Amino acid sequence: MLNPDLDSITLTNEEYERYSRHLILPEVGLAGQKKLKAASVLCVGTGGLGSPLALYLAAAGIGRMGLVDFDVVDASNLQRQIIHGTSWIGKPKVASAQHRLLELNPFMQIDIHETALTSENALEIAKDYDLIIDGTDNFPTRYLVNDTCVLLGKPNVYGSIFRFEGQATVFNYEGGPCYRCLYPEPPPPGLVPSCAEGGVLGILPGVIGVIQATEAVKIILGGATTLSGRLLLYDAWNMKFRELKLRKNPQCPLCGDHPTITELIDYQVFCGISDVEEQPTVAEATVQQLQERLAQGTIVLVDVRNPHEYEIAHIPGSVLVPLGDIESGPGVEQVRALAQGSELWVHCKSGMRSAKALAVLADKGIVGTNVKGGILAWAEQIDPSMPKY
Amino acid sequence: MTKVIIPTPLRRYTANQEALDLQGATIAEVLVQLTTQYSDLKKHLYTEEGALRNFVNVYLNDEDIRHLQKGETPVQATDIVSIVPSIAGGAHA
Repeated sequence: MLNPDLDSITLTNEEYERYSRHLILPEVGLAGQKKLKAASVLCVGTGGLGSPLALYLAAAGIGRMGLVDFDVVDASNLQRQIIHGTSWIGKPKVASAQHRLLELNPFMQIDIHETALTSENALEIAKDYDLIIDGTDNFPTRYLVNDTCVLLGKPNVYGSIFRFEGQATVFNYEGGPCYRCLYPEPPPPGLVPSCAEGGVLGILPGVIGVIQATEAVKIILGGATTLSGRLLLYDAWNMKFRELKLRKNPQCPLCGDHPTITELIDYQVFCGISDVEEQPTVAEATVQQLQERLAQGTIVLVDVRNPHEYEIAHIPGSVLVPLGDIESGPGVEQVRALAQGSELWVHCKSGMRSAKALAVLADKGIVGTNVKGGILAWAEQIDPSMPKY
Repeated sequence: MTKVIIPTPLRRYTANQEALDLQGATIAEVLVQLTTQYSDLKKHLYTEEGALRNFVNVYLNDEDIRHLQKGETPVQATDIVSIVPSIAGGAHA
């Protein structure tokens, strides 16, 4: 709990030794260390942001930590998700994180929630924690975390990343703004490029996650100046920090003067993501069919990934025309010329960007076939010597 | 000329430029200059009705223009205008 009865909390001799550098720091001291021990923190996500922040919070002596994640450790996570190790690939992230955190600090309690946070379980899971840390990677869960925090009256320590850029702040703390005050609505799917397409510098979530951990510790200790009311922007490429003022919106539908949102909603719908997505109907083919047709020499294969992805690996015989060029125009005529007189097949990394490209091309009167699963499926099923990325 | 900082997710529409120097007496004038020069940016900043999108914030120095005079906010040559869209992280959008 926050502001606990300090007399009721005791440290063991092992804990005095472990937290020595905190205990001799006047701003923490024995009282602060007891506050940390009495505190409970819920980390939503044990990925890029969750990894560093959970490690530092565990080391700092947080008494109880909850971890929410439905995912399993993947090799491509290890470039930034430093709580997980190679031997945990394929195993649940919450189990991996719990194991690592208890190795770091056996004096704490870890509660694991191996599930996605949903409108059905969020209030029940979050109610037992003093503060919530948003280490998620998608808009629906970010709005869910925010709304849960406001409805339960708990601080929301926010961090978000894209490529080389990060944002951090504290929402819903001491009368300050919430996420909806900053961004009333999420972007519709597809309008903003995702990190999975754009990539992310592995160290970036380390910096942002550690800022989130710092804010969490300060909220527990009390007395420090938090990021509430300020949005911190971090540009790793130019190594610049900037900050912007963040104000509570009196018209905020959630935390404003006359709230209209009084319970959790369907965040998939709110974010414009529906199960029955209106996929443009494009013809699809498997990588086995692709191999056959390439051998026959009866198709032209266009690869719509970016040049640096083509450099990592490409299917022999494919021609690179990046999706960006197709969307902005010049690529369309390039594809039209290529497809003159032969059948057009298109692929990307996993099949999403190529479907997008075919939808754009269809508007310009060019039809083609999408290769299901993209070059990843090719690497798995046709050419195992090809690197997957 | 007023400096406009372009955020990473939108740089693909500004030929990868991180910042641009643009003319204009108000925020709206500066943004018109921007979207005239880089027309692909327009649909990412404005709705079809011409309103600034709800997930894109514009700041004059460190202040959100929603708390100033919105598009009518006057700008000086020494001001810095920042476009700050919401970002979510790694998942497929």
